[in-house]
Amino acid sequence: MRDTKAIKNSDGSAGVDTVYQTIPAFKLLNQDSVYITNEHFKNKIYIADFFFTSCNTICPIMHRNLKKIYGKFADNPDVMFLSHTIDFKYDTPSRLKTYARKLGVDGPKWQFVYGPKDTVYGLATKSYLVSVEADSTDKQGYVHQGYLVLIDKDRRIRGAYDGTNPEQVAQLEKDIPVLLAEDKK
Amino acid sequence: MRKLLIFSTVLLTLISMLYSCQTAEKVEQDAYYVNGRDIYIAQCQNCHGEKGEGLAELSPPITDTVWMKKNRSLLACIIKHGYATPVTIHGKVYEGKMPDFNMADIDLTQIIVYVTNTFGHKQGKYTTEQVAKDLQNCK
Ligand code: HEC
Repeated sequence: MRDTKAIKNSDGSAGVDTVYQTIPAFKLLNQDSVYITNEHFKNKIYIADFFFTSCNTICPIMHRNLKKIYGKFADNPDVMFLSHTIDFKYDTPSRLKTYARKLGVDGPKWQFVYGPKDTVYGLATKSYLVSVEADSTDKQGYVHQGYLVLIDKDRRIRGAYDGTNPEQVAQLEKDIPVLLAEDKK
Repeated sequence: MRKLLIFSTVLLTLISMLYSCQTAEKVEQDAYYVNGRDIYIAQCQNCHGEKGEGLAELSPPITDTVWMKKNRSLLACIIKHGYATPVTIHGKVYEGKMPDFNMADIDLTQIIVYVTNTFGHKQGKYTTEQVAKDLQNCK
């Protein structure tokens, strides 16, 4: 995920710089059937993930954990959440709405989005670097990773944390204020 | 005297048989509980939580002792075949879908022993025979 490239420092000496993966422009329908784009997250940091509403294995764990973080930053308008469904057949905006309401997070701060398969799967695998797959041999029809991906104000990936692993989720919680402080500089 | 000796030996044997029978059963139930806890952590905790607290309105808590007492004989069916009938837990209605778990009777028994004896429940033993009977009455 994090790459480095050789650079020339301003004094002419050689050095390395971190190259971050950047999220491209996107346009997806949210739980209120409204299109949202990167503009929605302008000057904010956000945490993105991939899930589906009927997923009964890792998604409840990821969202139980993410909801705790959501609660911790409830009063901070600079932190947002973006969950993409990978169930392009079933998870219409109204399903997402019901899910958000039942999870207890229905509001602008946590967006749940739906898009055509190619768009969402492309974003996942090529941009957020989360593996997702429709798999007819799986009982639930989809196989995916439970990463929570931390994105900075410049749309760059700054961390990926296994949303089912308590230590990694705790690390994410610690990294958010650090990233917020960095942007204040 | 001889009679008394025979009598008390027989009595003692009977008592110890009964006793070892009870301890064997207790040992078995304890093992069910421990294995049931492992099953719970692996298969149920994601939705129902570490303390049985549930997950918001998505999955109900499994801490309602009144509900659990009344519905113990339904648990095998609920777990094996899934469940999508609205349930009222602690006075709140949940309308979700519990997935089905294709478990053997012994595993069903173990998870039932666990969930009916933890999170504030104390319903005691449950057997594979009871589970087999419960499963015949699934709707
Ligand atoms: C994907 C999430 C999920 C998983 C995994 C899950 N359940 Fe459930 N469970 C539910 C939902 C949702 C309901 C409510 C169903 C309804 O409304 O009809 C429920 C209902 C129940 C109930 C009855 C209502 C109550 O709250 O007491 C029990 C008991 C129960 N589950 C036990 C278990 C056990 C034991 C396991 C593991 C073998 C398990 N569940 C796994 C989601 C889940």
